Amino acid sequence: MDLIRVKNVEKRYKNGVTAIYDLNLAIEKGSFVFIIGGSGSGKSTLIKMLYREEKPTRGQVIVGGLDVAKLKNKKVYKLRRKLGIVFQDYRLLPKLTVYENVAFALECIGEKKDEIRVKVLKALEDVGLKNKVHSYPDQLSGGEQQRVSIARAIVNNPKLLLCDEPTGNLDPEKSMEIMKVLDDINKNRGTTILMATHDEKIVNKMKKQVITLKDGHLVNFKQKGKYQNEAI
Amino acid sequence: MKLFRMLGRSVRDAFKSVIRNFSLSLASISCITITLIIVAVAIVASLNVQNFTREIEKDMTIVVFLDNSATQEDAKEVEEKISKLSNVSKYTYQTKQEVKEKMQQESDVFNTVLETWENEDSPLKDTFQVKVKDIEKIKNTAEQIEKMKTVAVVRYGEGMVDKMVTAFSSVEKVTYGIVIALVLVTIFLIINTIKLTISARKKEISIMRLVGASNFTIKTPFIIEGMILGLFGSIVPIGITMYGYTALYKHFNGYLFSELIKLIKPEPFIYQTSLAVLGIGILVGMVGSASAVRKYLKV
Repeated sequence: MDLIRVKNVEKRYKNGVTAIYDLNLAIEKGSFVFIIGGSGSGKSTLIKMLYREEKPTRGQVIVGGLDVAKLKNKKVYKLRRKLGIVFQDYRLLPKLTVYENVAFALECIGEKKDEIRVKVLKALEDVGLKNKVHSYPDQLSGGEQQRVSIARAIVNNPKLLLCDEPTGNLDPEKSMEIMKVLDDINKNRGTTILMATHDEKIVNKMKKQVITLKDGHLVNFKQKGKYQNEAI
Repeated sequence: MKLFRMLGRSVRDAFKSVIRNFSLSLASISCITITLIIVAVAIVASLNVQNFTREIEKDMTIVVFLDNSATQEDAKEVEEKISKLSNVSKYTYQTKQEVKEKMQQESDVFNTVLETWENEDSPLKDTFQVKVKDIEKIKNTAEQIEKMKTVAVVRYGEGMVDKMVTAFSSVEKVTYGIVIALVLVTIFLIINTIKLTISARKKEISIMRLVGASNFTIKTPFIIEGMILGLFGSIVPIGITMYGYTALYKHFNGYLFSELIKLIKPEPFIYQTSLAVLGIGILVGMVGSASAVRKYLKV
């Protein structure tokens, strides 16, 4: 069973720019997939359509059995509870501690306090931040902040983790740390991971599935792909 | 269980937000306070006008005098016709004899004068006293009665009543208009002040949406915040209504300017008005914040 299915999707923004042309994709449960491509290739648009920040202009996007395009604004939370999202700019709440930031995701969906505690500590352990529970985001390094945001994304044990350039603000060393965390999550929790990036080294080193986009078109989808400069 | 937990968190967050954004909260509370004071005054005024209009209307009577020559059968016929008029709520019938006895009781002078008249040559007439349901149609009803056989004269204080009725109804409409306009202004003010507190929390709301909070969960703390602001905003207006109106009532001894304009007794009235003011305050806060937060729920 495929976790994500994208059929004949076209996305045209209101300003007339077409970001994606006739895209077809199927992503299996438990896989780790890179989406690569230069600026304006449609990586971010594809990710945004998967968590329904954007709706496809045409075609069908199905995530975990939900038809994303047909989802009403009121029901978007049903989709968002099935997935975790990690952004380049972390998006942490500065006035909350690490623990509170991660717990916030569970409080929002009405979990019990003691269950929140167990899950938050487990998630922070998985990203290797158990000793920074009471720190505030501005006391952490960029890599650590990104790990907090990953912990927040996985705390609800989602089937799918979407990452939009998670290493974009980090140096190569910290980037590799983040990749190790993501790989562990993929292996240990069985979470499907979809990561948009333009970091060549990471893609070549990880040897995962690679979707290459160029100017809104799917160039190829390889099982153990490398970053192909000629395609971009 | 889950719902209670969420509501508990919403109430906690709402109080936190009121305290954290204290200066903005204070601004909205003062806005609500000022408008609610005017609303309270308008409510008190309009209810009092309504009250004394009704008091006066209750006293309005059409007096019908029959011909001297009218027999008992004639009187019965008139009575039947009056009872069939749709606007008549109540009527009493007094024969010449009863009128005479009543007048005799009223003063000694009348007593001695009336004593000399026998039933046959008495100048007194059989009378009906008719009360109407709708004061605005009193003229019509009087005219209808006047046309009946053996009816000699009909009196209801013509000119004065007409003028008063139109004056009262327009005063009532104006006060209602003022109350509604003020409530709308308050809603507008609250929407704007709460918008400020919300835009400071835009990021938080967008993260809530991303981690799968339902719109209900996001909205509830803001709605409760609006209710809290409305609640605090109505404290002073309620105090003014309770103490102010009681003092006014005592000062004028229950009448305004003349015995004609009777004020409503303060006892249950101030509580009802306070409750209405509180209700308006809370409702207005709720509606204001609900519409302010809606904009941010479309991410």
